[in-house]
Amino acid sequence: MAETHLQATAPDRGFLTPREDYSGLFSWIFSTDHKRIGLLYFWSIVTFFLTGVTLGLLIRLELFLPGKTIVEAQTYNAMFTLHGVIMIFLFIIPGIPAAFGNLVLPIQIGAKDVAFPRLNLLSWWLYAIGAAMALGSLFSGGGAPDTGWTFYVPFSVQTTTNVSLAAFAVFILGFSSILTGLNFITTIHRMRAPGMSWGRLPLFIWSLYATAWVQVLATPILGITLALVLVERLLGTGLFDPTRGGDPIMFQHLFWIYSHPAVYIMVLPGMGVISDIIPVFARKPAFGYKAIAVSSIAIAAAGSLVWGHHMFTSGMSDMAVLVFSLLTFVVAIPSAVKVFNWVATLYKGSISLDPPLLFALSFILLFAIGGLTGLVLGAPATDVHVHDTHFVVGHFHYTMFGGTGMAFFAAMHYWLPKIYGRMYNKRIATIAWGLIFVGFNVLYLSMKVVGMQGMPRRYYDYIPEFTRLNQLATVGSWILGIGVFLMFFNLIRGTFRGQPVGDNPWGGATLEWTTSSPPPTENFEVDPVVTHGPYDFKAAGIL
Amino acid sequence: MSEVHKDYAGAKFGMWLFLFTELLLFGGLFILYGVYLHRYPEEFVKAGGELNVVFGAVNTLVLLTSSLAVAMSITALQKGNRRLTLVLLAVTIASALIFLVNKYFEWSAKIHHGLYPDSPHLKELAPGESVFFGLYYVTTGLHGLHVVIGGALLAWVFVQVRSGRVHAEDFVALENSGLYWHLVDLIWIFIFPLYYLIL
Ligand code: HEM
Ligand SMILES: [Cu+2]
Repeated sequence: MAETHLQATAPDRGFLTPREDYSGLFSWIFSTDHKRIGLLYFWSIVTFFLTGVTLGLLIRLELFLPGKTIVEAQTYNAMFTLHGVIMIFLFIIPGIPAAFGNLVLPIQIGAKDVAFPRLNLLSWWLYAIGAAMALGSLFSGGGAPDTGWTFYVPFSVQTTTNVSLAAFAVFILGFSSILTGLNFITTIHRMRAPGMSWGRLPLFIWSLYATAWVQVLATPILGITLALVLVERLLGTGLFDPTRGGDPIMFQHLFWIYSHPAVYIMVLPGMGVISDIIPVFARKPAFGYKAIAVSSIAIAAAGSLVWGHHMFTSGMSDMAVLVFSLLTFVVAIPSAVKVFNWVATLYKGSISLDPPLLFALSFILLFAIGGLTGLVLGAPATDVHVHDTHFVVGHFHYTMFGGTGMAFFAAMHYWLPKIYGRMYNKRIATIAWGLIFVGFNVLYLSMKVVGMQGMPRRYYDYIPEFTRLNQLATVGSWILGIGVFLMFFNLIRGTFRGQPVGDNPWGGATLEWTTSSPPPTENFEVDPVVTHGPYDFKAAGIL
Repeated sequence: MSEVHKDYAGAKFGMWLFLFTELLLFGGLFILYGVYLHRYPEEFVKAGGELNVVFGAVNTLVLLTSSLAVAMSITALQKGNRRLTLVLLAVTIASALIFLVNKYFEWSAKIHHGLYPDSPHLKELAPGESVFFGLYYVTTGLHGLHVVIGGALLAWVFVQVRSGRVHAEDFVALENSGLYWHLVDLIWIFIFPLYYLIL
């Protein structure tokens, strides 16, 4: 970094100022400052995201025409497996909590740091080690894993590719996730500034709190499931092998007991970001603060009971199918509560269409589409028809990418000016948003339609009838890809060269906007005392 | 960080949360146990009969003693009696070692009889029995790993107490390690009846 040049234009670089204790890179990878750790997470997560996007673009390129287009079938299998593993375990699960949670959680509750700063650093190290192992599985052992990110048995036990290392990598990443969750729960309980009652917590904090509980309670199950796949492969214990009395369906139960709640680890923090952004850009207090806060907890709780909807076609009793289907529909209620409250907050607000809000609005729309198509999958009768087709792939990209991904982008545009003290070019940000939004819908809507017509997922080849829609999807992926790269180009340029912004460029009323940009190492020059709610713009003197 | 402050309640709170995740980790295995027991009641009884109650009972006693010792060591440290703390910690660590040695003999005997994962002998047995032994090795193996970790943790605390870094006013490291050890004990209290007694 061109430190000297930057200091000339921005006098106070806060926590970004080079440290005496360690030099250069080491002052980052050994730092226990939650903001530095947050940035470490942020930039590593962005790197993996871009890797994953590149793989996604290659997958789409291969599907441009039936038959072989650019790679062989085995390479294709490895590509979608790695794409899934990266996007799920390296991007979407740690994305908002580990990067933005670490960056703003302590500041928003008026604390100097998280409860366990060294544990926090350990979490990042575990993340880095896990990520290195996941990538290492590509180039070692019997070659890149080809099981898909779900590691379903019996194939994951039989394949000669390097599943063992990949599964172990995910185990380590899970550990990192648990430690982050544990740290956040303790921090929220113990470190709130005077006056920061539970009723005054920003909604982002509420969502992180609910997420953290899911992280702590669900992730161990994933740990044991993957550990079992490992011992199956290494020792042949046969716990999932029918010829030895085991049952592969038990793997699916254990896997989804974690992985469905994990969907909420992915999406709840995104909802929290949106809940924080909307009031600021509508210049109105959040409508139904309590309902939004409580619905986070309700989603976390109800969402832990619905895993069976992934297994309607795996052979369950009719009763079980009925119960899981019912419960799945129930989760839609608290999610809808949130959407209604966001819309009500926007209603009659004085709206400024800045980039953070644009991404927040696309979150609401795309997540709603994803959620509604989720109901198609939650109903057993329709699920049987579209199970394991591109319809499913379209659905989860709408929720995960259209939901959490957009929230991640919104958070970047909302908080990075705070963290770096500089603003990106808003016009370019808006153009990038437009490209992303259009490309996204062209890509995934086509995938939903072709899935509805019967194109299976995880297939290298397809019948000629599907060609048209696949080509449309691939063209959409190009528009989307250009938008994504333009967005990051603009952000990175902004963090180095952008106009300096004051403490509160958006006019927010939460605590992070009361400290300088970038914040000082200890977050506040004077320890804050909280006297009003997070969206009380009048009391904050903004309106 | 400028001011070094310690939040004991926070540290213990975090430890409790962590112990909860450990319980859930084993929870996955107990779920499998429940399902497979339901499916193969007779095979489980037959296979369970192969396990030697004496080994299990000795290990239960060893762990219970060690849990008592570690609890007493915390009280001793609070009262400022460092020597006694160290003795009691040594007893706990020794118990961990005895447990592992005992487990080694138990496993060796089983393996000697051809009862180990993927063994030709197991493949001849009924599927339910094979699953039983698979679960037995995974569960006790994972638990054994926790004994190793707990023992290492206590050895580290032992050094800290001896050098005076953990003392009567600052003992949360000992308390948390003690909590961890109680968890190891607690999990065994579930394993012992499930595998050795009720079948
Ligand atoms: C430019 C962006 C992206 C493109 C072009 C893309 C494309 C694709 C395609 C075509 C598939 C289906 C492969 C198949 O079934 O044969 C797929 C699978 C998948 N994608 Fe994406 N994707 C993108 C971004 C994302 C993001 C942001 C996420 C996560 C948040 C994600 C998560 C996944 C997952 C989990 C799978 C399933 C992999 C598997 O079946 O094992 N993708 N993606
Ligand atoms: Cu689900």
